[in-house]
Amino acid sequence: MTTLPQLTQKKLGLVIDLDTCVGCHACVISCKGWNTENYGAPLSDQNAYGADNSGTFLNRVHSFEVQPTGDDAAAQLIHFPKSCLHCEDAPCVTVCPTGASYKREEDGIVLVNEQDCIGCGLCAWACPYGARELDAAEGVMKKCTLCVDRIYNENLEEVDRVPTCVRTCPSGARHFGDLGDENSDVSKLVAERGGMDLMPEQGTKPVNKYLPPRPKDALPEFDILAPFLEPVAQEAKGFLGWLDKTLEKL
Amino acid sequence: MNQPKIDLSPKVSDEIRKTTCYMCACRCGINVHMKEGKVAYIEGNRDHPVNKGVLCAKGSAGIMQVNAPSRLQAPMKRVGPRGSGEFETISWDEALQLATDWLEPIRNENPEKLAFFTGRDQSQSFTSFWAQNFGTPNYAAHGGFCSVNMAAAGIYTMGGAFWEFGQPDWDYTKLFMLFGVAEDHDSNPIKMGIGKIKARGARVIGVNPIRTGYNAVADDWVGITPGTDGLFILAMVHCLMKAGKIDLNYLAQYTNAPVLVNSDEKSPEFGLLMRDEDGKELVIDRVTGKLTPFDKPGVKPDLSATHRIAGVTHRPVFHMMAERYLEDEYAPEAVADRCGIPAKRIRAIAAELARVAFEESFELDQEWTDFRGEHHKTMTGRPVSFHAMRGISAHANGFQTCRALHVLQILLGTVEVPGGFRFKPPYPKPATAHPKPHVGVTPGKPLDGPHLGFVHGPDDLALKADGTAARIDKAFTWENPMSSHGLMHMVISNAHAGDPYKIDTLFMYMANMSWNSSMNTRGVIEMLTDKNEETGEYVIPHIIYSDAYSSEMVAYADLIFPDATYLERHDCISLLDRPICEADAAADAIRWPVIEPDRDVRGFQSVLCELGAKLNLPAFVNEDGSQKYADYGDYIVNHIRKPGIGPLAGFRGKDGDQVGRGDANPDQLDKYIENGGFFVEHIEKGANYYKPWNKAYQDWAVGMGLYDTPQPYLFNLYVEPMRKFQLAAEGHGDRQPPDHLRERIKEKMDPLPIWYSNEEENKGDEYPITALTQRPMAMYHSWGSQNAWLRQLHGHNPLYIPTKLMQIHGLKDEDWVTVTSPHGAITVPILEMAALNENTIWTWNAIGKRKGAWALEEDAPEVTKGFLLNHLIHELLPPKGDGLRWANSDPITGQAAWFDLKVKIEKADPPAESQPVLPAIKSPVPKAPKDLAWKVGK
Amino acid sequence: MHPAPSVIVFTTFSGLGFGLMFWLGIDPTPPTGWVAFVFWLIAYVMGVGGLLASTFHLGRPERAIKAFSQWRSSWLSREGIAAVATLVVMALYGLGLVFFGSAWQPLGWLGAIGALATVFTTSMIYAQMKTIPRWNTKLTPAMFLSLSLAGGALLKGNVTMAVVLLAIAGVIQVVTWVQGDQAFANSGTTMATATGLGDIGKVRAFEPPHTGTNYLMREFIHVIGRKHSQKLRIISVLLAVVIPVILLLLPIGHWIALVAVISHIAGVLASRWLFFAEAEHVVGLYYGKR
Repeated sequence: MTTLPQLTQKKLGLVIDLDTCVGCHACVISCKGWNTENYGAPLSDQNAYGADNSGTFLNRVHSFEVQPTGDDAAAQLIHFPKSCLHCEDAPCVTVCPTGASYKREEDGIVLVNEQDCIGCGLCAWACPYGARELDAAEGVMKKCTLCVDRIYNENLEEVDRVPTCVRTCPSGARHFGDLGDENSDVSKLVAERGGMDLMPEQGTKPVNKYLPPRPKDALPEFDILAPFLEPVAQEAKGFLGWLDKTLEKL
Repeated sequence: MNQPKIDLSPKVSDEIRKTTCYMCACRCGINVHMKEGKVAYIEGNRDHPVNKGVLCAKGSAGIMQVNAPSRLQAPMKRVGPRGSGEFETISWDEALQLATDWLEPIRNENPEKLAFFTGRDQSQSFTSFWAQNFGTPNYAAHGGFCSVNMAAAGIYTMGGAFWEFGQPDWDYTKLFMLFGVAEDHDSNPIKMGIGKIKARGARVIGVNPIRTGYNAVADDWVGITPGTDGLFILAMVHCLMKAGKIDLNYLAQYTNAPVLVNSDEKSPEFGLLMRDEDGKELVIDRVTGKLTPFDKPGVKPDLSATHRIAGVTHRPVFHMMAERYLEDEYAPEAVADRCGIPAKRIRAIAAELARVAFEESFELDQEWTDFRGEHHKTMTGRPVSFHAMRGISAHANGFQTCRALHVLQILLGTVEVPGGFRFKPPYPKPATAHPKPHVGVTPGKPLDGPHLGFVHGPDDLALKADGTAARIDKAFTWENPMSSHGLMHMVISNAHAGDPYKIDTLFMYMANMSWNSSMNTRGVIEMLTDKNEETGEYVIPHIIYSDAYSSEMVAYADLIFPDATYLERHDCISLLDRPICEADAAADAIRWPVIEPDRDVRGFQSVLCELGAKLNLPAFVNEDGSQKYADYGDYIVNHIRKPGIGPLAGFRGKDGDQVGRGDANPDQLDKYIENGGFFVEHIEKGANYYKPWNKAYQDWAVGMGLYDTPQPYLFNLYVEPMRKFQLAAEGHGDRQPPDHLRERIKEKMDPLPIWYSNEEENKGDEYPITALTQRPMAMYHSWGSQNAWLRQLHGHNPLYIPTKLMQIHGLKDEDWVTVTSPHGAITVPILEMAALNENTIWTWNAIGKRKGAWALEEDAPEVTKGFLLNHLIHELLPPKGDGLRWANSDPITGQAAWFDLKVKIEKADPPAESQPVLPAIKSPVPKAPKDLAWKVGK
Repeated sequence: MHPAPSVIVFTTFSGLGFGLMFWLGIDPTPPTGWVAFVFWLIAYVMGVGGLLASTFHLGRPERAIKAFSQWRSSWLSREGIAAVATLVVMALYGLGLVFFGSAWQPLGWLGAIGALATVFTTSMIYAQMKTIPRWNTKLTPAMFLSLSLAGGALLKGNVTMAVVLLAIAGVIQVVTWVQGDQAFANSGTTMATATGLGDIGKVRAFEPPHTGTNYLMREFIHVIGRKHSQKLRIISVLLAVVIPVILLLLPIGHWIALVAVISHIAGVLASRWLFFAEAEHVVGLYYGKR
């Protein structure tokens, strides 16, 4: 199973909008909650109430500061959620010695079969994105399942058959769909907004796409907006004169 | 290929119980998934009006709050000295008897000896009702150090405020400008709204010294110098007025801009509005040219005409505004340096406001009738909206700054119009429709009315006959006349000082006063533990405290009532209080016990029902003296505040089919549970904009029980009650301020917005850097640290330092600095931040914890690296040499000015732990487990 | 990368063990009897011990058997198969030599190829990692093989071969370091490509996602000072190559040979510690650390 399927019927994945992510970590904790209770072993926490506390998370929100070139340009802060990108050419799958790591033929989701995982960590080594974490309690590799136990779950209402991070995201910065279908909403969004790959040079062909932030601090210079503030008069008296004239027109 | 077969349709849960979140003040609807009677998973409720299915990090982490090892286990009586954390467990009977033994004599002799203050209480209409029944004037929640500038400025100006009491018109707005918006109130709706308008291509402008959260996604960021927002806003007012880019029709129809003002300096009514015999404000009608009440059908108020009578000239408010704001002192060039914003940028933003408000205005095809009976074929949209929060309110100039922002909104005609800012019921509601403060104390009897309210002149101040403060917190006194939320932050220091008087029992709920909820943390700890040298008794003799968790405050109480967690209790999010309404709907909600407590704890409100009965408080006993409300759930259903009005507006009447008004319905809670834990009543189309002046809305609001009669009113660009205080300070009237306050009242209580600097009072020359705090979106106050998941996100709080200060002080990431204010010093770890005002440092609020609290281990990062800025802030300003100590608060409302904090920094050798280190307190709860793998289902 | 003792011990000793087996396998006049027993014992203790050590870093060592299944794609699986096959073949060959005094030569040759294959597959586990540019080079197998062969020769007592191979291994080691120092920069992966934000301006990591640590940071982010690593490199080459070569050029004696072997092992251990500690995983870019 460690070999990758030639072609998957669908390419299910996420589109993450860096323009609207406010960095609230809602997706992080919702993911932790769902995936602790569902697929496979719970996501454990070590030293939960002490020093050096750490735990397994399948989704984490980084933040970066970007300093635009150009004089006096203000630095920008960009919140950056990151989870498994369900790569077409997933190096984490091919390195796996046991076949526990696999990419599903029907939808392209990369999963770990926890019964077969020996916890060697090699898949995490092979992943450039840090999408896999070895659970310290269970000794097996955990990763984003794209909520495979939600998206087809007949016990959930149709509208809820999306990954929990997408369902919970308050600012609507996470979108889920078939990126293999160029007519899907997510594919259109990617086309429209210039969706991008992370580390394209790694050759992993990630399915998840990131929508870049829209240009910031781009309010037109005052010279262009000046007509909107043309003074009606220079002094208070003159202003009241203008007022009288204008009121007559009302 | 043989892929493993996996179960794609596992059972999600046995049952979903729908209730209301309490992981912050947002009050979202949640679906609590249960497995085998245990909480398995929490998600947002899609049907809920607040969050429509989404849920923040805190909400999803609720499961870790309900299992937190920090939960108090049983009632406790202090056995060691205060602050030691040594307690013995007692029974509820004993606990309630002890409280009764302390409180009963107070009530019979002098009820003001009880100070009852509640912190992050979401049941204020209930707790205040209890306090009113007890008879003490000393009740408030935490608004005085949180939001009062914003609330009071909003309500006095336009009958409603920002915070969660209103919202931008997310459907139509095209330009959204936010000032200092905190991320813990209405946070999911704001995030949803920002996502929605950005998807539409609308512009978001963020004004904040710090570019995080909403400001990080803002299209334009204005990294303003803290405390200068008012100046920036008034500069934009200057530009817009000068260019005539103001909505004259709106100003004439719906505001007091055309109302005539006595302009004779010698008159004892100088500056007061002209009114007719019924007290109605008078305007000149443009049609008749005559003096006319503002609300007369058909009147077209004139913004320009003056009126002279009996030798006194009366000028419209608008004249006074033109005179003031067209002055060059408000020109962008004059304010740019102080605000830290180039003049051109100020002009560009003002121009963009003008462009969107007037060039992109639109008409909604919706008929409506105004309060004057005039029929309108359409509704004019001005798609500019604003929102603001603590960032502009927690300054000593916060009230006037909030006022300035409202004036800007109103000049653009963007309040309660399509595309603008909209109120949520029960707002709009003018200040005059709110109660006034009541302090009439009679031993053994209830207070003569509600504690808090809105003053309209010196006569309404809460003063005793001898002119001293009637309330322990000195709210509604000359020091802070319009302190509508009380001043919780002054209670302990005043009680300790015996100024205005001594108290016997301090009773608090959910307020971490010995730690992050006080300015001057260490000072407060000393006051709480200080003993009278002669008697050996504590200066504050009794302290009763209720909390669900092992907060730092627990150790300082003599008697602990352990509260239930939010999934184990009843609550109501009531229209009488702070409901969950939307601009298009009235809505309220409940919490109900979706799980039973596994400890000997009780919901605090239920405890008050029992304690109220033991104390024989009239509203809490039946005629035969027996306990009236079995518990809070019983109160929620059966309490009648006014005929037909109770805590919940939905499913009223015997059959549960009445809305707003109706008899108590014994099945009301079940109906709420069936309905998903909430109730919504939509406002019909045509009634949902122009609410203060819209006949259809006013009638709807009366039907809902929001008011008893229609209350149309004018927006107050000019706030007359402020002028009344000025007049008193100028020597008019019987009630006179003390002389040392006269000048300040004359200057600061200006009825038109002004701006003043707070730098000098805070020794800005010696301490040139402003230090701020922010709430992380994933943590609420001090609560997040006890949560195994959330504390991994924010386990400690670096001090963020702008690049320029890093360079000046030769600093690099993870260095330590000593931060010194006029009041104290802390030594803490730092991190560089570029997207930050170059003269501002900041950190996350309430991450630092005391050793022994919250069931954390003593070497937890919250304890060793975390810290509070509170140690640097004092409730008083540094001495300025006049022999007096002035409060570090807004002189109008008394709001704690913790964003005025000025400091200096210096590189420090890394200490073993953040400084100062306070001694450990003994944990009153069992030790926490080391590791967690929380899976409820099999 | 976190320099885990288990993998350092594993690669060092299995390399030496299989290196020794290679020389034992191709020896046209192999030792027999007790002498053979000692040689094969050393080879097996090192080879098997190394393999056992490697299981210490498994989360679920009891399932290790499953690792033999994915030889079609996984270098780790191939390594396991190669190692076990080699050990089985060589066990038979060794059996012949020790107990029957006869060299079933074709088994020896087969085993020698297996030994080389084992070391090669081990090296490819690392060399295949595009995510770790320092390893992602042909120099990695060259370095592993040369050290294995040199160490094997040293253990076998093939003095001339050992001197030559040690010198070669030393050169490859130094080239690996020099090239490795440029590898990350040459890989083209930067914070700009990692975030896609490079078009806006200069990207800097701000707050980490969690204030505490996590598996990724523990496993992949290990910062060592440049001075510290330069010192270790010198020590490593001195111990692994220079000292053994000098000792081998001296009149040979058992004790001197033992010192040479110990020195070599210590040097290779240092080299392996550096191999991991200096390796920077691209995921570190997301944390602003490498």
